Amino acid sequence: MQPLDLSAVDLVAAVRQGDVSAVQCTEAFLKRIEQVDGRVNAFLKVDREGALARAAAIDARRKAGGPLGPLAGLPVAVKDVLCTADMPTTCASRMLENFLPPYDAEVVRRLRAADAVIVGKTNMDEFAMGGSNENSAFATVHNPWDLTRAPGGSSGGSAACVAADMAPVAIGSDTGGSIRQPAALCGITGLKPTYGTVSRRGLIAFASSLDQIGPMARSAADCALVMETIAGHDAGDSTSLPHAVPRYTELLEQPLTGLRIGRVAAHFAEGLDPEVARGVEEAFAAFKAAGATIHEVELPHAKYGIPTYYLIAPCEASSNLARYDGAHYGHRAEPGKGHRAEPGKGHRAEPGTTFDSPLAEMYCRSRAEGFGPEVKRRIMLGTYALSAGYYDAYYAKALRVRRLIRQDYLDAFQQVDLIGGPTSATAAFALGEKSNDPLAMYLVDMYTVTANLAGIGGISFPCGFTKAGLPIGFQLQGPALAEPLLLRAADRYQRLTDWHLRRPKLPA
Amino acid sequence: MTTPTATAAPYTTIIGLEVHVQLQTRTKLFCGCSTRFGGPPNTQVCPTCLGLPGSLPVMNRHAFDLAVRAALALDCTIAPFTKWDRKNYFYPDLPKGYQISQYDLPFSSNGQLEVVDPKGAFARNVGIIRVHLEEDAGKSMHDEAAGTADTRIDLNRAGTPLCEIVTQPDLRSPQEARAWLNELKLLLVYLGVSDCNMQEGSLRVDANVNLHIPLAGEGGAEGRVAKTPIVEIKNMNSFRSVERALAYEAARQWEEWQATKAELGTTPKQTRGWDDPAGVTRAQRHKEESSDYRYFPDPDLVPVTVTAAEVAAARAAMGDPPTVLRKALEAKWKISAYDADVLVNQGRDLVAWFEELATLVGEGKVASNWMQQDVLRTLNERGGTIGEFPVTPAAVADIIGRVQKGDFDTSRGREIFAAVLASGRPVADVVAGMGIAAVSDDDLVALCRELLAANPKVVADVRGGKEQAAAGLIGQAKKKNPNVNPAKVRQICLDLIKGM
Ligand SMILES: [Zn+2]
Repeated sequence: MQPLDLSAVDLVAAVRQGDVSAVQCTEAFLKRIEQVDGRVNAFLKVDREGALARAAAIDARRKAGGPLGPLAGLPVAVKDVLCTADMPTTCASRMLENFLPPYDAEVVRRLRAADAVIVGKTNMDEFAMGGSNENSAFATVHNPWDLTRAPGGSSGGSAACVAADMAPVAIGSDTGGSIRQPAALCGITGLKPTYGTVSRRGLIAFASSLDQIGPMARSAADCALVMETIAGHDAGDSTSLPHAVPRYTELLEQPLTGLRIGRVAAHFAEGLDPEVARGVEEAFAAFKAAGATIHEVELPHAKYGIPTYYLIAPCEASSNLARYDGAHYGHRAEPGKGHRAEPGKGHRAEPGTTFDSPLAEMYCRSRAEGFGPEVKRRIMLGTYALSAGYYDAYYAKALRVRRLIRQDYLDAFQQVDLIGGPTSATAAFALGEKSNDPLAMYLVDMYTVTANLAGIGGISFPCGFTKAGLPIGFQLQGPALAEPLLLRAADRYQRLTDWHLRRPKLPA
Repeated sequence: MTTPTATAAPYTTIIGLEVHVQLQTRTKLFCGCSTRFGGPPNTQVCPTCLGLPGSLPVMNRHAFDLAVRAALALDCTIAPFTKWDRKNYFYPDLPKGYQISQYDLPFSSNGQLEVVDPKGAFARNVGIIRVHLEEDAGKSMHDEAAGTADTRIDLNRAGTPLCEIVTQPDLRSPQEARAWLNELKLLLVYLGVSDCNMQEGSLRVDANVNLHIPLAGEGGAEGRVAKTPIVEIKNMNSFRSVERALAYEAARQWEEWQATKAELGTTPKQTRGWDDPAGVTRAQRHKEESSDYRYFPDPDLVPVTVTAAEVAAARAAMGDPPTVLRKALEAKWKISAYDADVLVNQGRDLVAWFEELATLVGEGKVASNWMQQDVLRTLNERGGTIGEFPVTPAAVADIIGRVQKGDFDTSRGREIFAAVLASGRPVADVVAGMGIAAVSDDDLVALCRELLAANPKVVADVRGGKEQAAAGLIGQAKKKNPNVNPAKVRQICLDLIKGM
């Protein structure tokens, strides 16, 4: 039995039945990480000893006839935006390079309680800000399908580690598309649940009203399995929804007959790569063949999604990231020593900068040194947009457009059950291709941000490949709390196709 | 610098107050940490109040309910829908880089609290613009010892629920401001909303003050009113400081007006700190960027709704505020407004003590006199609360009853009260131990005859129409027998002289 070839569902069953031990399973993935991650950089930290000890404890408990959690022995990689008490949590930022949280995120706690084996923390864009993973302060993630290309972001490490078989399941976070877009570019399945479905406690905030945690795996069925553990109300998160957790895996079995899927003509307008368009149209055809009906719907305000998102998210980020001031934890500049120049990062302040006080100097220098350029750009955007005299024109207006976008979805879901379309306008782009053009980079989220603004769920899964052999992602969006339907539709598609089973050639 | 007296001042002092009170909750506003004062630094903290990455706030409903109680007592309207906003600024005692507060939709607004000077010097109804709830910051301790000038941060206080009460500029003198603050404190303590302990920082006051100066118009006609720039005063550590600082500031603004004629709107609002030992306010450094707090709704919290039924329940559970209680005591026990004020101002427990005493005595006025002249005086001397006072209302009522019966006079009663207080023994024991027994009328007459025989001048004076000369006999009577009733001695002597 080769654990790397098994789905998460099968792995959990195999461990439970004793066909494979949790230690064997963990060792297999750790070995794969050793073999290939030097080329991919999916992990910022691999906890070899911790994972093996955990796996051994699960095996011992199984031998002793003790109870096993629903994810017993399943290796899971966790995006480094989620707090872990036994591993540093850096958000891929110099600011938190040595930060060890005193607690586990609620999601991590639930994973551990379900006997999952956390193998390490995955790379990401700094503070989850980016669409290519090139904003990591520590290492650039390479797309396993083509190492010269970006894996997408911000959950690029989580997507790449699943694509390259370094973990059967990873946890990501999605603020504007950060689970779905890298899932599409890496040829895996990623679910961004309805806002409030998964507790944000212990998720290092980027934009609190948009952030949502979700599973990334090879298949919708594997995502459903993980959702049963991580979803559910948490009294420690005021925005957590009080709903009971559906039996996502059992609900997969209902047929698709009569499913109405919406198609938005504007998704196929200028900017969509023709190869991606072809793959997406073929997926619509496949759904039709499976018994679904396709209907044209409109989301008239979706075109304002990117500008709206790039006001609301930076506004919240400018406040959420204020705590990184060098006073209590995280990076603190050495007093009076000036800036450390960071090659290629342009962190050096203007010569001759003067400060009001030693305190102001500590703040300015700590933040100048600790944050990368994209984080600084968004803090400045948000600070500006919230400033007196600009608030109404920017932030307040963005909130109004957000309500219109939400209303568009409510109207559309009167007519259809789900809305389908491309996840990303292109397949994986080359590393460096967009990194000097922030606006081009912001557009990679054009099909995904609206779900975050509306607070609804979305799932991305592979629906074909370009001629160059790069995966193409199909996105389904559903009304609030429609995750069972999203997972079922994606699972149905995956029972009829094998795109999700294709693996990149990344020899050991 | 001299302060012009209120009547002589050629201007009106306009004062508005901004008061912060910590609510008496066991736990903080957005986490479960203790709010106890005085713990070792940074021992009452958790990821949320430390502002650690990933931590989230969850509202303490008890704190919200207490704040609603305070707002209702201040006659405010409670908003059916309220939300939380972030006030963004950098400071080391603010670990998140923002304070969770309320900006454009405070939970309550538009109230009032009246203050009436019991001596009749003023009566002022002060409008409340708004009351909102927010989290307190931590404390910065600037350690300048040993030349290190280190700043140490204690975050025990960070996240403690704080009510901000903003008044209209309705106060017209420093004395009024102080009296109003006393009334506010009394109210909040009565309702169990806050202990209002200024030393521990659970009540803090900032004041806004300027002068309205009537100018003479053309040809002696009434002119316009000039307004001096508004100054905000900070760093006042007691109500007395508030009064002194406001008096100083009014006089300072008057002098400045005479020198500069600068009016409101010509300069940015100034903040001045009160230097208590020096007795002056000093300009604080003005930081332009500090004024833009970039408020926006806190996305980590959900809005709070308050139903009419919840407001009604809060109102019902509130208990009588001091204003109502004063009037009730006046009416029930037939005591003066001044007496009711003194009693009520001592707190709810003392009022209960008084009412028990008055009930036993069967009369309010005598009970009130004893409360003020004996109980309160000794309580003030001894310190402590009425709950710790060693003499019971029953014992005082016993003493009062004996005085009323004529066993001894009031001054002798006071000595007994003092002896009961000192010894802790029952009144009857003390009375017996002091050899106090009622003097029989026969004994009294014999004593008076003896005195008259020894004091022919007094007898002559009384006969000559000077009845008050008899008073000289009372002291002698008390020397011979300390238990005699002076009024009786006087009456018997007068009767004997008449019969001579
Ligand atoms: Zn706390």
